[in-house]
Amino acid sequence: MTTTERFVGTTVLRKEDPELLTGQAGYIDNQTMPGMLWMALVRPPYVHGRLRSVDTSAAGEMPGVVGVYTAADLELGALPFVWPITEDIKVPVHYPLTADKIRFHGDAVAVVVAETRGQAKDAAEAVHADVEVLPAVTDLEEAMADGAPLIHEDLGSNAVVHWSHGGGGDQGVFDSAPVIVQERYTQPRLIPNPIEPRGCLAYGVPAQGEFTLMSATQIPHIVRATLGGVVGIPESKLRIVAPDVGGGFGSKLNVYAEEALALATAKATGRPVKWIEERHENFVATIHGRGVIHDCTLAGTPDGKILGLRFVEIADMGAYYQLLTPGIPELGGWVYMGPYDPEAYWYEFTGVLTNATPTDAYRGAGRPEATYVVERLVDAYARRIGMDPAEVRRKNLVPRFTEARTAISGLNVDSGDYHATFDRALEMAGYDDLRREQAERRQRGDVKQLGIGLSTYIEMCGLAPSNILGALRYAAGGWDACTVQCLPGGEVVLKIGTSPHGQGHVTTWAQIAADALGVTPDDVQVLHGDTSVSPLGMDTYGSRSVSVGATALYLALEKIKEKARTLAAHELEVAEDDLEFDRGTFSVKGAPDRARTIADLAASAWHAHAIPDGFEPNLEATAVFDPPNFTWPGGAHICVSEVDTETGAVEILRYVAVDDCGTVINPMIVEGQVHGGVAQGIAEALYEEAIYDEQGNLVTGSLTQYLVPGATEVPSLELDRTETPSTSNPLGVKGIGEAGTIAAPPAVVNSIVDALSHLGVSEVGKPATPERVWRAIQAARGGDR
Amino acid sequence: MTQVAVTVNGVAREADVEPRTLLVYFLRETLGLTGTNVGCDTSSCGACTVLLDGESVLSCTLLAAQADGREVTTIEGMASDGQMHPLQEAFHRNHGLQCGYCTPGMIMAATSFLAENPNPTEGEVREALEGNLCRCTGYQNIVRSILDAAGRMSGASA
Repeated sequence: MTTTERFVGTTVLRKEDPELLTGQAGYIDNQTMPGMLWMALVRPPYVHGRLRSVDTSAAGEMPGVVGVYTAADLELGALPFVWPITEDIKVPVHYPLTADKIRFHGDAVAVVVAETRGQAKDAAEAVHADVEVLPAVTDLEEAMADGAPLIHEDLGSNAVVHWSHGGGGDQGVFDSAPVIVQERYTQPRLIPNPIEPRGCLAYGVPAQGEFTLMSATQIPHIVRATLGGVVGIPESKLRIVAPDVGGGFGSKLNVYAEEALALATAKATGRPVKWIEERHENFVATIHGRGVIHDCTLAGTPDGKILGLRFVEIADMGAYYQLLTPGIPELGGWVYMGPYDPEAYWYEFTGVLTNATPTDAYRGAGRPEATYVVERLVDAYARRIGMDPAEVRRKNLVPRFTEARTAISGLNVDSGDYHATFDRALEMAGYDDLRREQAERRQRGDVKQLGIGLSTYIEMCGLAPSNILGALRYAAGGWDACTVQCLPGGEVVLKIGTSPHGQGHVTTWAQIAADALGVTPDDVQVLHGDTSVSPLGMDTYGSRSVSVGATALYLALEKIKEKARTLAAHELEVAEDDLEFDRGTFSVKGAPDRARTIADLAASAWHAHAIPDGFEPNLEATAVFDPPNFTWPGGAHICVSEVDTETGAVEILRYVAVDDCGTVINPMIVEGQVHGGVAQGIAEALYEEAIYDEQGNLVTGSLTQYLVPGATEVPSLELDRTETPSTSNPLGVKGIGEAGTIAAPPAVVNSIVDALSHLGVSEVGKPATPERVWRAIQAARGGDR
Repeated sequence: MTQVAVTVNGVAREADVEPRTLLVYFLRETLGLTGTNVGCDTSSCGACTVLLDGESVLSCTLLAAQADGREVTTIEGMASDGQMHPLQEAFHRNHGLQCGYCTPGMIMAATSFLAENPNPTEGEVREALEGNLCRCTGYQNIVRSILDAAGRMSGASA
């Protein structure tokens, strides 16, 4: 339908909802095929051990079993690792099945395929692995110590990579500044836990050597580019399909052993093979996030000017690298200045192997880790110099800028207005009133004290300019691609290289296309997540889909309009310059009833009966966009919490978030992303932590011990936005998927310390469980910890 | 094998199943009703919530045999005559879902809850959802959806 209505910037209800609301979704576990086998992995119950032998004979005799395979049977290549961040990085080899050692709970020694799910599981339990148990290490500093058990003996050390930003400005300030604040902050491992676990289904045409892998993945294109070599299938004969995906948060931004094994066993048996991860497997076999320790230094003046920020980090890599592992702390390495403008900057990290699940991108990926320590440190500085933390931030926030400026970390920041978001957040929170109430509670010595936690942040999104990725030694580019087809009936089909898992891309992309072509979002069909449908793409992560993918869409729409203009001029017998274009209609200047709509032109370009010489039939265009720069959202979050000084219990009373993600396409979806991001940030601050015992066992290995918060543990948020358009793309968009997760943890933990600072508490740790908070209070009061 | 006869979404269904078959796999694999999702193996996430004789239960924690002779309602049974249930409509209108994986369980839990408490407060809704985890939405719009549906449903019945 041709329409003059505008959709960008307005709430359009989601086109993807009906199937999800009625039980018609196509999640991986809903996919089935004739003759399909089930796959189960054999993961022996050891954390670290030398594999003497694997006996599959009993399993092979079990009912329904079609094949049992060890590493030697399948001869697979190593899993892909695509970000060797330094020249001298030590890279552990990571096979889909281990043949020499078990290095973490997720390591599998064999794989079974059988007629049913139950038969595969039963047979997997009948495989016997003879293992010489070795001492395990999961503590980062113990893993670095002399004599620590080596995870990979061939590498000679568990410390496998050291990356330094190299610094900026005069490093002398870290010795000479009048105020030096030094703190150590520890951030435990987190387990992403999308509610849908991973899973995949491999099938093919064995006679042609052609295979398809359906997988609950964020990255079908990257899987295709990297997995063929592992399993011996040429990329041209490999198709990857991401069906409806039930959440990812980075945990499905990877290329996993099970995907390779499903393909390999489908190839070996000539039958479809399906694997569905169980939650207990997800806890050990799907990547973890965070797991870092920072030694932090802030150099400043007594009157609140930040002169220098220095961070020395140890980062837990886990037992192997997954796709990006050491690249995650490096990503954070560019944002340790926060929204401030210090004169000196230093960042370095050491990556350490442990007997734990590999770490990789978890929502925010490096940037939450950075923002947490920067914002905690700024509060520590404010306490040291006796200044209000809001005043310290006001003094140091970079003033508004609408053209790109170079930050001390060396990258160009596209635009920002940090004072606007901060002032608005303080106003919404009623900051002065809150401080008054806090003072009154302190005066009265209330059991429940009030804390006000501030967090101002920036993030680096829109991954990424390909030339910068190349300079950072990442193996691929950062472009994305979109093809737009105008069908002769007036509908529009767009095929795009991004691949969502809950973010509402179908609706958002349809809004952009609808405005450009003068149709409604209902007229736009969005196709993605299938390498045969949209062969060019770099997928969805790093808040890149709108700023890179939708910009490719925008550019393809521009090409469509250009081509349509040529045809309209031909049909209306005027020069192209004599045409005006508005909401999908070309009309002759001064004669508006002489007009052609995009739908008219799509039809005439399709039947091609009377097109100009040299004009290619069909109204279709493809654009590939390689961003010239990252995008840099920013904002300010304020957490108001009440801390019970007798029990250590924390209750969040209010949470205010003012974010600037540039131009907004669909405010409802943007707010939903902030809600979910902040909830994960609050979870990180108060509840979630992967805990290992002395033997290296994951103690929090199920949802009964690992506290994913429920509806009573997350508050309703008070939100607002400012819009400072990005200068990195023509839409002015920046991305919003990770902002909440980046901003929230320091806001929450700062509020707790703020509530207790008059008692002498300066650190409570993360997550700030009642026990940790109570111990911090006791320690400050001079009691037992 | 055990014979199980269950009325599912108003239709009588019978099948022979292994005695250890869980209700959720009976629904998903025997009957092909894949709208009910499996999210964990410890009865913690609530994704598999269905109604058994009108009350919400975790279908991963019941044997199919325990549903013998009883009525089960799944997400596929919520819409009628092509019209979504007021809860489904409210989740759509209030952006109460993102990836959608927890959504069927949320809607079934909310259906059972609103039958008991048609005019709940926000706090009561949050407590009623304690057994259902969502990783995408932060719950804010789920709570809003249920309150919206409650308002419309009690308005319609008044």
